[in-house]
Amino acid sequence: MTDIPAHGTPTALKRPRDLSALVPYFFILPAVAIMLAGLVYPVIQAFYLSFYDWKIGTDFQDAPYVGLRHFTRMLTDENVWESIWVTLRFGFWTISIEMFLGVSLALLLEKPIRGASVFRTIFILPLMVSPVVVGLIWRYLFDARIGWINYYLGLIGIEPQVWLGDADLAFFAIVFTDIWQWTPFIFIIVIAGLQALPSEVLEASKIDGANWWQHILFVKLPMIRSILMIALLMRLIDVFRALEVMYILTGGGPGRSTELLSLHIYNRAFDTQQLGYASAISVLLIVIVTLLSLGILRMGNPMKDKSDI
Amino acid sequence: MITKQINNPLHVWGHYGALIVLALVTLAPIWIMVVTGFKDDVLVQQKEPVWFFFVPTLENYEYIMTRGKFDRYLWNSVIVGVWATFLTLLFGGLCAYALARTEFRGRVLVANSTLLVRMVPPAVLAVPAFAMVIKFSLDADLAVLIFFYTALNLPFAIWLLFGFYKQIPVELEEAAIVDGATPLQVFFRVLLPLMKSGYAVAGIFTFRIAWNEFILALLLTGRTSRTLPVGAAGFITDTGVEWGRIMAMGTLIVIPPLLFTFFAARQIIAGMTAGAVKG
Repeated sequence: MTDIPAHGTPTALKRPRDLSALVPYFFILPAVAIMLAGLVYPVIQAFYLSFYDWKIGTDFQDAPYVGLRHFTRMLTDENVWESIWVTLRFGFWTISIEMFLGVSLALLLEKPIRGASVFRTIFILPLMVSPVVVGLIWRYLFDARIGWINYYLGLIGIEPQVWLGDADLAFFAIVFTDIWQWTPFIFIIVIAGLQALPSEVLEASKIDGANWWQHILFVKLPMIRSILMIALLMRLIDVFRALEVMYILTGGGPGRSTELLSLHIYNRAFDTQQLGYASAISVLLIVIVTLLSLGILRMGNPMKDKSDI
Repeated sequence: MITKQINNPLHVWGHYGALIVLALVTLAPIWIMVVTGFKDDVLVQQKEPVWFFFVPTLENYEYIMTRGKFDRYLWNSVIVGVWATFLTLLFGGLCAYALARTEFRGRVLVANSTLLVRMVPPAVLAVPAFAMVIKFSLDADLAVLIFFYTALNLPFAIWLLFGFYKQIPVELEEAAIVDGATPLQVFFRVLLPLMKSGYAVAGIFTFRIAWNEFILALLLTGRTSRTLPVGAAGFITDTGVEWGRIMAMGTLIVIPPLLFTFFAARQIIAGMTAGAVKG
């Protein structure tokens, strides 16, 4: 692929003076440099800042070194644990409902039909809309006074609710919004997975006399198991990354009832102005997300596939 | 058995019926935003929802365009989106090419780390980014935002483009090399033309994120460098809760992503499913 070595020996390629061996490094250099400066350096910086008690508006030079105190404080900080608990509850409800709805709908509607592309276009719209706009739309719909949801519930005899002003109802509201936005995503990737299954296996199971339920439970679902796992992990990571919709919809309130971990970090840093302590909590978030990402990598690194040279 | 089911009219109608219901549920909130943007204040404040029939007004749009700093926000968003997309595609493309086509020490390390940093949460970046801006006394400048959006998008773009490069047969490049082309010529003359759709997908995803991103934009921009989502969120506090104007602003923000969706739905779905289905 590269220049023909002078003496026709493969070792010639390894000589440091052979410039062509350096070409790949020139190609990856800009991207790697930007990712190091814009992603890796900030993460290291978050570690570093977590050892200092730095408040917004003060000079970092004056910030006292506090060692591991932020981390020990975190262990007994009810607010941190509460936001983790909110995140896990949010993840549990949204992901299980989205997976259930998305997978069932995909199984029912997987057969190719005329006009499928129109429907698919519609289903990806919620994912393309800016999270800020999603938050604004649903804040309007859930509005206690003029919200459309209260109006239609009123028609079937349900009293108007102050959706975003009550802890349980606000939690329900963010779960509901997330389900609206993300169920189509699960639906689409599961359909893609089902349609990519080799038809011979499916035919064989039909010929063997498997009924509809057996066919789904013992043939189809096991075959798309890895897709389901990856979708699950991706959604779980999203739950830990999410904050924009909640920031607009509820701001984390009332109280801390809808304050997911990411939003908690943000509020800590820029609302209560404890930059150092917020960094310490974000170290915890990095650890969680990295573990989940490693899970996805273990499921199969697409950049290391077998077809590779 | 399968063909029977498809021809059974009951099944077909049930299938379409279910899809139509789902599509309406998906579309309803977006539609409500669009119509609310065209309602006057009396109609917005009215408790009984109006879906279709009313006298539309442009007063919300007029207010946004003339009183707000809409033109400024729009310009900022366009600049940030276009630059972040350009840089991501340029550098991400080169990197993906090297990972897919060449063998070098550290290749697997770079590939794995790229996938690992893809998920860095924006909340984790928030404080350090804020600190970096202070430390290196960077102004609240669009360049800072462009830089972070490029960094955030590179991992996904590299990974996506890597997959596209892998699909192109190596023989094409080998033939070009035999004909005496340099590596750069191979890249620009042979591969790029075949990579159009890959770059389109990566470009749409990058632009969408740069266009929609809110938290970093909120932190890293000043009064004159705000982007559209920050401007829209500002409507909540700036003017009380003026739903007509907010929804008009939301509609304007959603237009570009919506256009992408209608013109490139197939590519977007390919990008979304690539991770789960191929992996």
